[in-house]
Amino acid sequence: MNWADLLAMGGYGFYVWSAYAFAALILAVNVVLPLQQKKSLLKILREFLRSKHRA
Amino acid sequence: MNYKYASPKNFYPLAGHLIPWLAGATAVFLLIGLYLGLFVAPPDYQQGESYRIMFVHVPSAWMSLFVYVVMAGAAGVGLVWNIKLAEMLASACAPIGASFTLLALVSGSLWGKPMWGAWWVWDARLTSELILLFLYLGFMALQASIDDPRRQARASAVLALVGVINIPIIHFSVQWWNTLHQAASVSKIGAPSIHPSMLTPLLLMALAFQLYFFTVVLLRMRNTILLRERHAAWVKEIVQAKS
Repeated sequence: MNWADLLAMGGYGFYVWSAYAFAALILAVNVVLPLQQKKSLLKILREFLRSKHRA
Repeated sequence: MNYKYASPKNFYPLAGHLIPWLAGATAVFLLIGLYLGLFVAPPDYQQGESYRIMFVHVPSAWMSLFVYVVMAGAAGVGLVWNIKLAEMLASACAPIGASFTLLALVSGSLWGKPMWGAWWVWDARLTSELILLFLYLGFMALQASIDDPRRQARASAVLALVGVINIPIIHFSVQWWNTLHQAASVSKIGAPSIHPSMLTPLLLMALAFQLYFFTVVLLRMRNTILLRERHAAWVKEIVQAKS
């Protein structure tokens, strides 16, 4: 299969590639969200600890 | 069985060690599965190239059921034995399971349009899978509406356990009702009615999705542990070490 055929998917290119694109999006979001959440969580907990030290 | 790891303090570093290996294995199986599924597997004799949607549709649909069973099982264990880690596992499962369900519905819709001529039909398989999405979302909404972690876990566990009834309904819907959705090709009695050249990439993708689930569920559980154990000395050490 060459690249043009792969893209065309025998006329079903839109459906096949939309499905794969959505799959990629779902898989990416579930990795990015918890990583971002961890970052902000550590920041909040750091500030929380600092404020407790001051008190 | 090592019960030591049921404590969040010991589970946190264990999960941290496992995540890179699980992520690496996910990537390997995903790449091989995609290569075999997109480049090597032949077109289907009836559906042409459109059937390649199967390689993301079927694994996500399987995972939508598997994650629900894990979620309800963990919620049940948390309910009966008051194990915090089990409750955390249940909450971590919900958004991931909801994503797999959404992916199964969307990829199915993108497959249904060219093959059936409709994005959506109210047949038993599609409807019960949509109910699964609502069960996940209901579980998450219920958790978000209760502040106290123990009450939150108990209330949502009851919902998760009641919803388990939907799992066999989804699985057997294609046998019990006359559905537009096709019947099982892999998990039926006797040999699977799918050629090895298509079955191999399908199973590799399913394995990749499984490993992916373990990777991201551990990521989420580690966050929940940090939040819920924030008063523990070992969490304070981690937080301060990162500053």
